[in-house]
Amino acid sequence: MSNVNKHMYSYFFIIPAAIIYTVFFLAPTVMSFFFSLTRWTLIDWEFIGLENFKQFFSEPSLMIGFKNTLFYAFSTMSLKVIIGLLLAVFLCSKIRNKNLLRSVVFFPALLSTIAVGVVFNAMMNPTIGIINKGLALIGITGPDWLGDANIALFSVVLVDVWKGVGIATVIFIAGIMAIPAEYYEAHKIDGGNSFQEFLHITLPLSRPALNTVIILALIGGMRTFDLVWAMTGGGPGFSTDLLASIIYKQYAGGFYGLATAGNVLLFLFVGLIAFPIFKLLNRKEVDL
Amino acid sequence: MNKFKSKIVKVLATSVVLSTLLAGCGGQDKASSGSNSKNEQVTLTMLIGDTINTPGFQEVVKNIEQDLNIKTEIEIRPGGPEGENIVKTRLATGDMADLSVFNSGSLLKTLNPEQNFVDLTNEPFMKNIFDTFKETVTDNGKVFGAPVSSSQVGGWLYNKRVYEELGLSVPKTWDELMANNAKIKAAGKTAVIGSYNTNWTAQLIILADYYNVHAQEPNFAKDYTAGKAKYAKTPAALRGFEKLEDINKKGYMNKDFNTTTYDQAMKLLADGDGVHYPMLTQVLPVIADKYPDKINDIGVFPQPSDSADVNGFTVWLPNTILINKKTEKLEAAKKWVEYYVSEKGIAAYSSKSKAIGPNVINGIKVADDAYPAVKEMMPYFDSGNVAPALEFLTPVKGANLPQISTEVGGGITKALKGAQMYDKDVEKQAVQLGLPGWK
Repeated sequence: MSNVNKHMYSYFFIIPAAIIYTVFFLAPTVMSFFFSLTRWTLIDWEFIGLENFKQFFSEPSLMIGFKNTLFYAFSTMSLKVIIGLLLAVFLCSKIRNKNLLRSVVFFPALLSTIAVGVVFNAMMNPTIGIINKGLALIGITGPDWLGDANIALFSVVLVDVWKGVGIATVIFIAGIMAIPAEYYEAHKIDGGNSFQEFLHITLPLSRPALNTVIILALIGGMRTFDLVWAMTGGGPGFSTDLLASIIYKQYAGGFYGLATAGNVLLFLFVGLIAFPIFKLLNRKEVDL
Repeated sequence: MNKFKSKIVKVLATSVVLSTLLAGCGGQDKASSGSNSKNEQVTLTMLIGDTINTPGFQEVVKNIEQDLNIKTEIEIRPGGPEGENIVKTRLATGDMADLSVFNSGSLLKTLNPEQNFVDLTNEPFMKNIFDTFKETVTDNGKVFGAPVSSSQVGGWLYNKRVYEELGLSVPKTWDELMANNAKIKAAGKTAVIGSYNTNWTAQLIILADYYNVHAQEPNFAKDYTAGKAKYAKTPAALRGFEKLEDINKKGYMNKDFNTTTYDQAMKLLADGDGVHYPMLTQVLPVIADKYPDKINDIGVFPQPSDSADVNGFTVWLPNTILINKKTEKLEAAKKWVEYYVSEKGIAAYSSKSKAIGPNVINGIKVADDAYPAVKEMMPYFDSGNVAPALEFLTPVKGANLPQISTEVGGGITKALKGAQMYDKDVEKQAVQLGLPGWK
């Protein structure tokens, strides 16, 4: 009987899915590993071993991408976690217009990233932008948000957080709502204050949500391209260049082999950082 | 059940309507292309960058349809690296338009012209075209393209009205220019307009300095191509980077140069709030279009060198019209190009768009109603004090010069370091092209 069950479906059934997966996912992946070892002009290629990778690590305008990407990913992730968690706790408390406020927080996540980038680019203009005009009203001279190489990356981080915190908040809200009310009742009976409630019940028990947010935000941050490209194009100079924008520029410059090598590096980079963190976080999860 | 049936009917009805609509479109297309006059009309596709599509260009296209019965379907692509990518991808996938317009000089070499475009060396219409232009579209001894517009210069556009108000005269040396800048700054105006938000504009001070490099190091382009001369190690070439740094150090640029765009810069110059703009003269028609009453205030002078004896313009040769090697309508395409560079074609072009510099075709003079800035540059051409920009003399051009220029011009990086970065950057291009002398 069990034998019959095992062979009820023929292996032919997986062929359509397997073909699509091979043609569109497996083959390009394998090919990209190959082309990253070549000097490629789309028409012909020359095998050059690890030259492309060497170049990526030796050129300062390429190396800066690793530093910027790490900074970008970790700072957007931590800000999203902190702000998102606080907002979620606030939006789960007994307040008026809860649903309206939740929508307001989530609203930026619905906008197109490019549109957000273009709009903030205009708002952050140092002379005619609305942000600095607003600051001028209260007597503060705002900085050149995107033009000053020292703070440009941070300005992009802020916009990314503004746009992405809504999703983090929604995940946190779901996590907090899933905590059974008994814990809170027990805590009330024991006479704890609300800070203790947050620290000992809400925070540990919304751990799955926290892990999801961390992983999503981190991987998202490391792969970011559109927002940076719309806001600064990697500039001024190379100061806001992330790995993805650098790879795009190599591709645009016609260095297809180098760009492919960059993508392989980005893949390894995301894997090397995200995978251990994922393992570590999952170990600390507790059952409800 | 009834509901289900009516749904099916609806779906069927919609698809019938849709299919007739589609069929209708197709039918109309055929009808319009077949019914036209005497001989059968040919339709050519043409891929051009957005800046090429001037009223003058459109006028020639219209005339070609009238006179030759060749219809041109224009496809517009963006300029810059994104546009280059579109061209490269379409060539690689065999999906190129019959005609296309692309940069002459170093960028054309990256397209492998011999494999992709029709050899025009022996076409009679190429005889009238200047050799200086032909050299920039030649690969392995074959000429591949015809000019799409007049040439132009890269130099310092300036506001003549403000120059008069402040009693300034056109500088012959870099020191004189800096002295003018000091006076302009003291008068409360922006001396040098920076528009680094459009980052390619930041390169102009380096690129427009090439006449001066050429005057002091006549072999620079050749040695540079061979990998022997470097920006960082050739003092004359390094000057371009130093001049860029100089402007920033003295604080002569608008405060928000990093966020100012190309379009905003033109307004600053036209209004006289900014007095100098290192730029290509391709901005002239745009200024004439947007601020018609101000175009006569705009003049241009060459980027000065350190000595008054060396003073001339760096010239940008026009983009080039290319014929796809895989086209099935070669005869029509050749006729198209022949018409475009004929007297008729040029007359049609200049009836709608004025020249931004001298033409590169024999016997075509600069018109009497040319922009004042164009008239101002003519004496330099007449006396031969001009040199093509480096990108027309060597295939070696790095992709990151805009970013490096914004770093040097923005005070992030020192001139020497910037030059070294650029020397490293061009290596990629040289190696990718397989030039001898590079590793």
